[in-house]
Amino acid sequence: MRIELEKRPRQSGTMRILSPVLAFALTILSGAILFALLGQDPVRALYVFFIEPLTASWSVEEILVKASPLIMIGAGLCLCYIANTWNIGAEGQFTMGAIAGSAIPVLFWQWESVWTLPAMFLLGALGGALWAGIPALLKVRFGANEILTSLMLVYVAQLALDWLVRGPWRDPDGFNFPESRLFSAAATVPVLGDGRLHLGFPIAILTGIILAFLLARTLKGFEIRVLGAAPRAGRFAGFSQSGMIVFSFLVSGALAGLAGIIEVAGPIGQLRPTISPGYGFTAIIVAFLGRLNPVGAIVAGLVLAISYIGGEAAQVSLGLTDKVTRVFQGMLLFFVLACDTLILYRIRIAFDRSVQSEADR
Amino acid sequence: MLMEAEAVTKRFGETVANDTVDLAIRPGEIHALLGENGAGKSTLVKILYGALQPDEGILRWKGETLRIGNPAAARTLGIGMVFQHFSLFEALTVAENIALALPGNRKLADLSKEIGAVSARYGLPLEASAIVADLSVGERQRIEIVRCLLQEPDLIILDEPTSVLTPQEAEQLFQTLERLATEGCAVLYISHRLEEVKRLCQSATILRGGRVVATTDPRTETAASLARLMIGEDVGAVVRPDRGTGEGTPRLEVDDLSLPADNAFGVSLKHVSVAVRSGEILAVAGVAGNGQGELFDALSGERLSTRADAIRIDGNKVGRMPINERRRLGAAFVPEERLGHGAVPVFRLSENALLSRHAVGDGLKGSALLHKQGMQAVSENVIETFDVRSGGGDAEARSLSGGNLQKFVVGRELDRSPSLVVINQPTWGVDAGAAALIRQALIDLARSGSAIVAISQDLDEIFEIADRICVISRGELSEAYPAETLPMEEIGLLMAGKAERARTAHATDAPPPVSERPHAD
Amino acid sequence: MIEAVILTIITASTPLLLAAIGELVTERAGVLNLGVEGMMIVGAVSGFAVGLQTGSPLAGIFAAIGAGVALSALFAVLTLVLVTNQVATGLSLTLLGLGLAGMIGEGFVGTPGIRLPRLEIPGLSDLPFVGPILFGQDALVYFSFVLCAGVSWFLFKTRGGLVLRAVGDNHASAHALGFSVLKVRFLAILFGGGCAGLGGAYLSLAYTPQWVEGMTAGRGWIALALVVFASWLPGRLIGGAYLFGAVTILQFHAQAAGLAIPSQVLSSLPYLATIIVLVLISSNRTANRINTPACLGRPFVPDR
Repeated sequence: MRIELEKRPRQSGTMRILSPVLAFALTILSGAILFALLGQDPVRALYVFFIEPLTASWSVEEILVKASPLIMIGAGLCLCYIANTWNIGAEGQFTMGAIAGSAIPVLFWQWESVWTLPAMFLLGALGGALWAGIPALLKVRFGANEILTSLMLVYVAQLALDWLVRGPWRDPDGFNFPESRLFSAAATVPVLGDGRLHLGFPIAILTGIILAFLLARTLKGFEIRVLGAAPRAGRFAGFSQSGMIVFSFLVSGALAGLAGIIEVAGPIGQLRPTISPGYGFTAIIVAFLGRLNPVGAIVAGLVLAISYIGGEAAQVSLGLTDKVTRVFQGMLLFFVLACDTLILYRIRIAFDRSVQSEADR
Repeated sequence: MLMEAEAVTKRFGETVANDTVDLAIRPGEIHALLGENGAGKSTLVKILYGALQPDEGILRWKGETLRIGNPAAARTLGIGMVFQHFSLFEALTVAENIALALPGNRKLADLSKEIGAVSARYGLPLEASAIVADLSVGERQRIEIVRCLLQEPDLIILDEPTSVLTPQEAEQLFQTLERLATEGCAVLYISHRLEEVKRLCQSATILRGGRVVATTDPRTETAASLARLMIGEDVGAVVRPDRGTGEGTPRLEVDDLSLPADNAFGVSLKHVSVAVRSGEILAVAGVAGNGQGELFDALSGERLSTRADAIRIDGNKVGRMPINERRRLGAAFVPEERLGHGAVPVFRLSENALLSRHAVGDGLKGSALLHKQGMQAVSENVIETFDVRSGGGDAEARSLSGGNLQKFVVGRELDRSPSLVVINQPTWGVDAGAAALIRQALIDLARSGSAIVAISQDLDEIFEIADRICVISRGELSEAYPAETLPMEEIGLLMAGKAERARTAHATDAPPPVSERPHAD
Repeated sequence: MIEAVILTIITASTPLLLAAIGELVTERAGVLNLGVEGMMIVGAVSGFAVGLQTGSPLAGIFAAIGAGVALSALFAVLTLVLVTNQVATGLSLTLLGLGLAGMIGEGFVGTPGIRLPRLEIPGLSDLPFVGPILFGQDALVYFSFVLCAGVSWFLFKTRGGLVLRAVGDNHASAHALGFSVLKVRFLAILFGGGCAGLGGAYLSLAYTPQWVEGMTAGRGWIALALVVFASWLPGRLIGGAYLFGAVTILQFHAQAAGLAIPSQVLSSLPYLATIIVLVLISSNRTANRINTPACLGRPFVPDR
C-alpha cells in the first residue's frame, strides 16, 4: 500500500477554505493526545487552552492586543512568501523597529507633542525596513542566502537591544534595572476604551485589508504574484526579480518594525531586554495559516493569539509549562503545510505496487 | 518475436493514454513508432522500459510473458533506452553517468576502457572523464547510446533522436543504427519525421489518440499517406503567398551584438549581426543549446545589451531598453517555454493575458489597478480568434494541452498586430493542427507588413515558413540566405559550426557588417 | 592558556561539524532541511535527559540520534510524500523542535548533567601540549572526523554515493533510470536528522553538560551556512566548523579578558561572521557550480 498524489486539473476551491480548518482540527486532536501524555484531562485542558480565553472580556481584549503584532507582521510576510522571497528575520526587524522608534522617547524625552507618536511610528517602520534591507541587498548584490542572513540578524538585533537597555539607554533613575525610562504619555499608543486594547489593533486590521487589496487588485500585486509563481514569466512581463526582493523585504520589514514600536510604546511602555515572545517567528505561522492572504492573516493572527493566552491560562490553572504554546504553534504549521497539499493534489491510497501515475508528455 | 505488447491499456485519471495497444518487434528490425504529440507514444515506451506499469494487457519478451517492474529490470533483460530529453546528470562525468545505468559496482577506470572500446567500434567518440555540463547536445546523445550499447542489448528504444541533431549527425546515427540491426539488435525508433522513417525502418506501428490505427511497412507508403494515418485527417497545407518585392524597410537591425553567458552553463553570443525587413520571416536554425535562448533574451530585452545601438527596432536604439519599452515600439515576443515563461502555470488565462500586455494597451494599461473586464475581454478574444480549447472558460494555463496553450500564447501577441515578432520554437511539441494554424498566422502577419524572427530547431517548419534562413552555432549567427536557394546539407554544415570555422579563417578584429560579409561557403 | 583555548575550540566546533555533515548529505540528495536548529535542540534535551536518567552518556547519545531521526522523518513525510514547500516545512520543524525541547527540558533547568568522558590514552595523553589536544578528547570529537572521512568516501567512492549525488543533480533523470528518488532522499534526510541530534547531544553532554533553554543559540543555522561555505565538500566542512568554533571561543576569551568592547558586540561575532562568509562564498558562484546540487530545494513528484 502506498500514498499517491494525483494532480488536480485545477486548484480546489473547497480545499482552499477547508485546509486551514482541517489543519486546526488535526492540531486540536494532536493537542488532546499531548495533554493526555502530560497526564492532563484532554477535554479540560483544551477547554482551558482554547475556549476559556474567549469567555472573559479582559482575556478577549488581551487576545486582540497579542494579535495586533502577529497580524501586522504576518500580513507583511504573506507578501514576501507569495513573491517567493524568504524573510524569516521578522523578529529582528521587530526589535530594530522598537529600538529605532524608541530613540525619540529615550533620547528626546522632553519632546511631547502630537507629532511625537507619528514620528516614532515612522522611525520604527524605517528601522525595521532598513534591517530587512540588509539581507535583501546581500541577496541581490552577492546572491547570499536571504533565509540565513535575515535569521542571523535576529540574534544581532536582540544583542543590540540588550546592549542599549543595559548600557547607554538604561533609565538613569531606574535603580540599575536593565530598562529604558518609561515613555511619556505623548509617546504612548492611545488606549481604546479603558482596558489594554490600543490603537495598534485597528492599525493591524487596516494593514491586512490594504495588503489584501494590493495583492488582489493592483498591478503591483500582480507583479508580486507573477514573480513568486514563475520568475521567468515575471522577467518576460518586464518585472524585476531583484526589485521584488528589495520591495518585499522593505515592506515586511517596515511592518515588523512598526509592530515593534507599537508594542513597546503600547502594552510595554518602555524598552526592556526582551520585548517579544517570538512574535516574529509566530507570524510565519500566521502567514501560512492565513493561506498567504493578508485577510486570512487577520483570522490566523487571532487564532495564534488565543494560543498565547491559552498557554498562560494553562500555566496558571493546570500547572503546565507555557512552552506547550510553542509546541502547539509548531504542530499547527506542520498540519497547515500538509493540508495545503490537498489544494493541488488528490490523495489516493493505492494497493498495487505500480508506483507512478505519469501523464503522457 | 523479440518483444510483444498485447492489448496494453494505461489510464491517467480520466484520460486513456494507451487503449488496447498491440505492438510486435522482430529481432534485428528497425521498427518505427509513429504518432502525433499526445498520441500515447511516450506512455507505451515507458511501459516497455518498465518505467510505467500497464493497467491491462501483457508484455512478452522472447516469447515469455513477464512483468517489467522497473527500468533496471528492463536493462537486465536487454532493453536499452535513449531518452528524448536525456536522462543525464550534468554535474557528473561521462563515466559516472554510464556507471549509473549499469548493474553492480564497477571500477570507473575499467569502465572508462570499455567506453573507449565501444565508442571506437561504433564511431561514437566520447571522453570518459569529461563533465556532461560541458558537452554539446550531440555528445550527450552519444553518452546515452554508448550507455545502452555497453549492456549489449537486444532492443534499443530511441525517442525522437534526430530532433537535436544536424542532418549530418543524423546520417551518422542512421549508420550506427543500421550496423546495430545487422548485428541482430532490434531498434524501436520513435519519430514524427516521416522521411527518416521511410529511409530507415522496415515496419511501423502508428498510434492516434492512444490506439493503434495501422501497422505497415513504411517503405511502401508515401510521407503523405503516413501523415494521414497519424493525424486522421488532412491538415491543410500552409499557404504561403509570394513575398512582394522582398525589399521592405528594416524593422529589426542587430549590429555586432555580443553578450557573455549569464550562468555557468550558458552560451555567450558573439558578434551577432542581422537585419529583418518588413514583410519577411527570417528563420534562425540551429541545434538546441547553441545560443537560441540567449538570442531570444537579448532581442526581447529580458537581458540588456551593453550597447544601445546593438539592436534597433524601426530605427530606434533599443539595446538598453527593457522588454516593455520594446513592446511599446510595436515588438512582440514568444518564448520557447510556454509554462513558466510565456505563461504562469497556476494563473488563469485572463491573468496570463495581462502578462505581456500590462504596459502596452487595450484598456489594460495606464492604471495601477487591475482591469478585470479588460483582461477577460482580451483573453476571450484570443481564445476565439485562435481557436483555443480551454476546456470551459477562464481555465488555469497548466490545464491546457501544449497545442492550445501555445495558440493562446502566440495569439496573445499576434492579437496586438505587432510590427515585429520574435518567436522561439513556434510549434515545439504541439499537434499538427495547432502547428498549421500558428504557422499560417505568422505568414499572414508577415505578408501584412510585419517582420518576424522565428528561432526553430525544426527544419521542416523552417522550410515551410521562412523567406530567409540563418543558422546559429555556438552563439554565432551565420549570414542569412534566401530559403529557396539553401540546400539541406549546407544548413547541416552551418549547424555543425562551419560558419564559425569560416569566420576564424578570415579572422579580423571586428567582423564585417552583414552586407559585406563573405559567404560562408 | 593557548592549550585551554584550543581545547575549547575543539569542543565548540564539534557540534557544528556533526550537524553540518548530516545536512551536507541531505543537501547532496537535493533536499534543503532548514530544521537543523530544531532537530539539534531536541537532540540536546533528549541526550541530556536520557543521559541523566540512565547515568550513561552513550544512552543519551543514542536517544539524541533517535530524536533527530524521528523529527527528520516527520519532515521527510511532509516534503517527500505530501510535497510541501521545503523551506516552510524546515522552518516549522525548527519552531516545533524549539517548543518540544522547551517543554521536555522544563524540569531539567538548573540540574547538573553528566559529562561525556574524555578518552585517556596512557602515555600519549600525558604528553605536554599535544597530549591533551590530540589524545585527550572525548570519543565524539574523533568520531566527527571519522564521520567526515566516511561521508567523503561514501559520496565519491561508492555506488550509493554516486546514486545520491545523481538524485540531487537531476531527479527526473534518476527517476527515468529507475532509481527511487524518494527512497534515496528519505534516507538522506534521516541521516541528516541523526547527525543534527548527535550535534545537539554534544552540546548538552560535553560542551556544557547541563540543559539551558535555547542552548543551541543558532548553531543549527550556522551549520546550514557551513554547508554552503564548504561548497558541499566534506573536507572543507572541517575547516569551516573549526573557523566558526574559533570565532565563538575567541569572543568568550575576549570577554573574559575584560576587553573594553561591549560583550554584546563580541557575542554577535559568530552571527556576523556567518553573514560575511555567506556573502564571500556566494559572490564567487562559478567556483562551485559543479558541487551545488542542481535540484536543491526542488520538490519531486513522479507525476510529470
